[in-house]
Amino acid sequence: MTRKTVWLASLATPVVIATLLLLAGSPSVTANDRPSAANAAVKIDNFVFGPQTITVPVGTTVTWTNSDDIPHTAVSTDGVFKSKVMDTDEKFSYTFTKAGTYPYYCSVHPKMTGKVVVQ
Amino acid sequence: MPNKQQDCIDQQLQDLNNDGVDRRGFLKCMAWAGTGLVWTMSGGIPVSRAFAKNTGREAGKGTDFTFVQISDSHIGFNKPANPDVTATLQTAINKINAMPHTPDFIIHTGDLSQLSKPSEFDTLDQVLKGASAKQIYFVPGEHDMLSDNGDEYLQRYGKGTKGNGWYSFDHKGVHFVGLVNVANLKAGGMGSLGHEQLEWFEDDLKGRSASTPIVLFAHIPLWTIYPDWGWGTDDSEQALSYVKRFGSVTVLNGHIHQIMQKVEGKVSFHTAMSTAFPQPAPGTAPSAGPMKVPVDQLQRVLGITDVNYVVSGRSLAIVDSPLGDSGSSASGNGGGAGVVDSSLG
Repeated sequence: MTRKTVWLASLATPVVIATLLLLAGSPSVTANDRPSAANAAVKIDNFVFGPQTITVPVGTTVTWTNSDDIPHTAVSTDGVFKSKVMDTDEKFSYTFTKAGTYPYYCSVHPKMTGKVVVQ
Repeated sequence: MPNKQQDCIDQQLQDLNNDGVDRRGFLKCMAWAGTGLVWTMSGGIPVSRAFAKNTGREAGKGTDFTFVQISDSHIGFNKPANPDVTATLQTAINKINAMPHTPDFIIHTGDLSQLSKPSEFDTLDQVLKGASAKQIYFVPGEHDMLSDNGDEYLQRYGKGTKGNGWYSFDHKGVHFVGLVNVANLKAGGMGSLGHEQLEWFEDDLKGRSASTPIVLFAHIPLWTIYPDWGWGTDDSEQALSYVKRFGSVTVLNGHIHQIMQKVEGKVSFHTAMSTAFPQPAPGTAPSAGPMKVPVDQLQRVLGITDVNYVVSGRSLAIVDSPLGDSGSSASGNGGGAGVVDSSLG
């Protein structure tokens, strides 16, 4: 199931890049600032989301990977996204199509919190 | 009792006195609660003993009884900390079955499974079927509520319960309340009971005599042990305010995979060992993840809790015994409820 998600994410990548190129002429978007904008990674390690705050351009697919021996989730505090339970080495991806700040937490260990800032 | 042992007990009592209760005060508290717990280290094995003047089982008291608490079986976990959690659960059950008297029932304080999978619950059921005690009471841990808002757990273990699986029952004059503090957890918070359950709980206690011994059990500790790791329950204070008028309250929890005890007024708190894998002491590791110990030591840090209720003292004696030990030593304590934690080793 997780693999499928990753596959979809990589298939979607060219489209995202194309979109960014089209937008490159507009003054508000500076695609060059973040050459790898289409993908970003959050690693879960020792009950911590790292980096705790990640700032990405609109259209970025963020992938969470659980490196702990204990299952975790990444659940948007505002109900925007909700991962399935990620066991060890499992992943979850979500593509952010709108600018904004997206706080999230692990619904199993709610002390674990993080934030995705989409610009 | 040899002086050395007494010194050790004194020291442990001092350690328990961080809440400002001196030893004498502590003993007084125990008299109130009828529950005396001493946490001693025996060959590296934490053994908690009922600290009561009991000399043994009082014959002929038909209402005395024993029950066993097991916790955190995590069926489905298969990492190096313990690649065979089914086997260690089986060892725990064997230990229960070897008790001289069949306990009246078993309480499982949650994290039955690792991932709430039907196959994990099936395996658990299969092992528990072999227990001498046929009645088993459950409360869910956060690992049991991972799929479909806990539906899988509730369908199997939550029949006749309220909300996310809370309920109460009476046994031989003792009132037991199973609480759920692992559902609808809020970002940044710890365990949570929630408004609806608190209201039910307050109502459940209404009209009960203050002399009724109360046993509360829930997965996450109902006292704050280590907030950084979420080892506590945000609204437990409100819940505990409802039991203030009772003369004897015992709180049994799991979640932290190690024994911790505290006596506060008439309330004694106790957490049990896991049957699956140990976790580090608060703040001693980067996170609360499974603690890896040498294979030959694993069973010493896993265990069961044997609670012995003796009606004359209206209290509980609690003995924790490691799975890897020949047995727990405190079961002879009478005059109260004793909790014996025994490790599997």
